Amino acid sequence: MNRGPSWFNISSIVLGFAFLYLPIVILVIFSFNESRLVTVWAGFSTKWYGELFRNQGLMDAAWVTARVAFVSASIATVLGTLAAITLVRFGRFHGRTLFSGMVYAPLVMPEVITGLSLLLLFVAINFDRGFWTVVIAHITFSMCFVAVVVQSRLVTFDTSVEEAAMDLGCPPAKTFFVITLPIILPAVISGWMLAFTLSLDDLVIASFTTGPGATTLPMKIYSQVRLGVTPEINAVCTILIALVTIGVVTASLITKHQEVERKRAEAAAVQG
Amino acid sequence: MAAHQDRAGRRLVILVPYLWLLVFFLVPFLIVVKISLSQIAISMPPYIPTFSLAEGWAGLVDAFRQFSFDNYLWLTEDDLYIRSYLSSLWIALVSTLIALLVGYPIAYGMARAPSHWRPTLLMLVILPFWTSFLIRVYAWIGILKPEGLLTVILQTVGLLSPDEQVRILNTNTAVYIGIVYSYLPFMVLPLYSALEKMDGSLLEAAEDLGCHPLKAFWVITFPLSIPGVVAGCFLVFIPAVGEFVIPDLLGGSQTLMIGKTLWAEFFSNRDWPVSSAVAVILLLVLIVPIVAFQRAQQRAHEREAG
Repeated sequence: MNRGPSWFNISSIVLGFAFLYLPIVILVIFSFNESRLVTVWAGFSTKWYGELFRNQGLMDAAWVTARVAFVSASIATVLGTLAAITLVRFGRFHGRTLFSGMVYAPLVMPEVITGLSLLLLFVAINFDRGFWTVVIAHITFSMCFVAVVVQSRLVTFDTSVEEAAMDLGCPPAKTFFVITLPIILPAVISGWMLAFTLSLDDLVIASFTTGPGATTLPMKIYSQVRLGVTPEINAVCTILIALVTIGVVTASLITKHQEVERKRAEAAAVQG
Repeated sequence: MAAHQDRAGRRLVILVPYLWLLVFFLVPFLIVVKISLSQIAISMPPYIPTFSLAEGWAGLVDAFRQFSFDNYLWLTEDDLYIRSYLSSLWIALVSTLIALLVGYPIAYGMARAPSHWRPTLLMLVILPFWTSFLIRVYAWIGILKPEGLLTVILQTVGLLSPDEQVRILNTNTAVYIGIVYSYLPFMVLPLYSALEKMDGSLLEAAEDLGCHPLKAFWVITFPLSIPGVVAGCFLVFIPAVGEFVIPDLLGGSQTLMIGKTLWAEFFSNRDWPVSSAVAVILLLVLIVPIVAFQRAQQRAHEREAG
């Protein structure tokens, strides 16, 4: 098919992306609106951002959310990577079916059920709800996403490099850190980023498992949104969108750069 | 000695994530099942019986005797729950079909785009998925509400008279829009990967032999993209059934969805046993599509491998 893109294809792409992006663009634009109304444009202003930074409740919630996301993403990355290695490398072992079921089930489990069940566990064992219960809940569902991301990298991995190291007497743990980890590192990093944003976004599970003093940003946004649309919320959302966009674009540029480097190195190796 | 250490290391790698998921995924779910068989009580925790190890075996047996299926009977007696389940399935089904209709042309256009555009287009589809769900749903409130942007635009263009307003927010229409919008990347990505793999020479051959492009699409392209269609539909349908945020923020009081009912039962009525029973049934309802999805994925993998 060398006819180039047809009108139909171009217009479906343009309309599709307009649908995906216009609502977000509109939201960002109205965060810079002078007026309190989020529908009528009354001139450019950044005053809602200033308002935001003076809103102590919102700032506290943002800080809690950042901490929860950082801690839970880091632990989930370790657990998820271990789970991926178990699934890809360890073949059959007792209880493998149950294990792979438990890794995949949280991916499709409705959030209301995950949240409810974890809360009931914390109540049953009399665990004080707060920061750590939200962290545990977020680790539990995001480690499964990390496992899937890392697993897909491990499957395409050439095991002969690992075998060579082991044949030369390198112990398994050292082989993992010296050979395997550097190769799967891009997947591990994107797993961490995915876990971080999942935690940053989560409203439902956090609402069930949180306790006093651990109100997250999505919970704060949710309770304000129920009261109506305000420019401050638009401003918070804009900041979050900007952070996520910068993160994702940087990550994909890094991956692209690494790929180019790798190809160059391979080409150099072939030429000798 | 080394082999012994290896085995210990291997066991540790398996055990850590295994135990974590057992304690924080499987056991909590068993607790949900247990509480769904309990009765509501005015205490903390607000249900009876509660297990206590101090009472020993006799206490456990006694607790089991107190279990009842009353909560499940209650779910069948009050038609609110049945209507919620049915309407969740219906809303998820309709949204899935709309998402397929909207997503297919996008995926098709992407797969036929020049190959140096494709990585960028792919990233543009994935990017909204990284942005908060709540934010994306919130963005629609400002557009759809009666004095919102859509009304202003339609009034300016003259499609609405100045005293008329759009009535979309707090209706099921808004819920459909919200679900299609939020889950569209889940539909586009599998469709794109199915369409991109397709061999273009098949279509050229069909056209050289005089087949109308539209017919060629239905005879060749669409059948070959079916694995993508199946995967995309499941990926939208399954999470949409249990959705809470979208029906809560965009839907109205008449919008019944089971995630919302469970939330209200838990946070407003504080009836933990009934909300647990709602959760158990929701999972049973979802098990059929989840298992069907896994089978379909497995078949697709086998076909690729074979």
